[in-house]
Amino acid sequence: MKKPEPVQVVKQRRDALLGALVNRVPYIDYLGISFDRRGDELTGVLAYDEKLIGNPLLPALHGGVTAAFLETTAVISLSWATLWADLEAGIIGTDDPDEITLPRLPKTIDVTVDYLRSGLPRDAYARARIVRSGRRYASVHVEGWQDNRDRPFAQATGHFLMPPKDG
Amino acid sequence: MPPDPSQVARLFIEAIPHAKALSMVVGHIEGGIAEIEMPYDERLIGDPATGVIAGGAVSALMDTCGGASVMCHPTRPIGTATIDLRIDYMRSATPGQAILARAECYHMTRSVAFVRATAFDDDRDNPVATATGAFTAERQK
Repeated sequence: MKKPEPVQVVKQRRDALLGALVNRVPYIDYLGISFDRRGDELTGVLAYDEKLIGNPLLPALHGGVTAAFLETTAVISLSWATLWADLEAGIIGTDDPDEITLPRLPKTIDVTVDYLRSGLPRDAYARARIVRSGRRYASVHVEGWQDNRDRPFAQATGHFLMPPKDG
Repeated sequence: MPPDPSQVARLFIEAIPHAKALSMVVGHIEGGIAEIEMPYDERLIGDPATGVIAGGAVSALMDTCGGASVMCHPTRPIGTATIDLRIDYMRSATPGQAILARAECYHMTRSVAFVRATAFDDDRDNPVATATGAFTAERQK
């Protein structure tokens, strides 16, 4: 029987691929978003910064920042789902993440954001659920929360155009 | 004389940290119609393959402009927050060009404002994105 790979090797490979996917997008870095990975599941983390404020009197996060955070989480989660499947199936390389040709990111067709309560001046989290992902179109639901997972501050539904599979 | 609502709305928008961070400039703002421009910035790139601005940055501009149209409405709300916003991305904005958003508060009730917005790059005949949203309208008690 083949010996299983050491867990660190597997983790390093997955994290390197996720890093390659996320680090190439300047806007993700500008907003201060990072992604926490547990197996194949991603959680977007928006680190609080004063420049994200929309209402200085409350203070509250800018509605546009919330929209951008949820949309970014949807796009990365969609792209990651495809990459994950290919990585686990051994379709994409496992040696050097710099050598992997990453696919184009999905394009947002539309996104509807539902503001449930005002965003507090602290870190926010978001997780996307891919409701349906076809060859060409995908529908994604995203939930954003802060201190309490059961009290989301915003949710969004978006439709996305998937990149062509072979280029 | 009460303060000019357009001036109040302009000051309100210009005090928003995120609007400042994105270098948004308030243009014409009067009677429930607002225009805001956001310059192209490489830090806002969402698609590294093309240099196209991230949809999220366009959303932030549309949301700000929507709020601005509410704030300059003749009924003079004293504050606003987004209830819901839907954005349709019709095409990629051309890299290097500023984005101009124009929002109209087309219906107002005592507590809710209904808004439509459109975003353009230099090609003013082909919008980059459109949005519709509902905003709160806060009133003096």
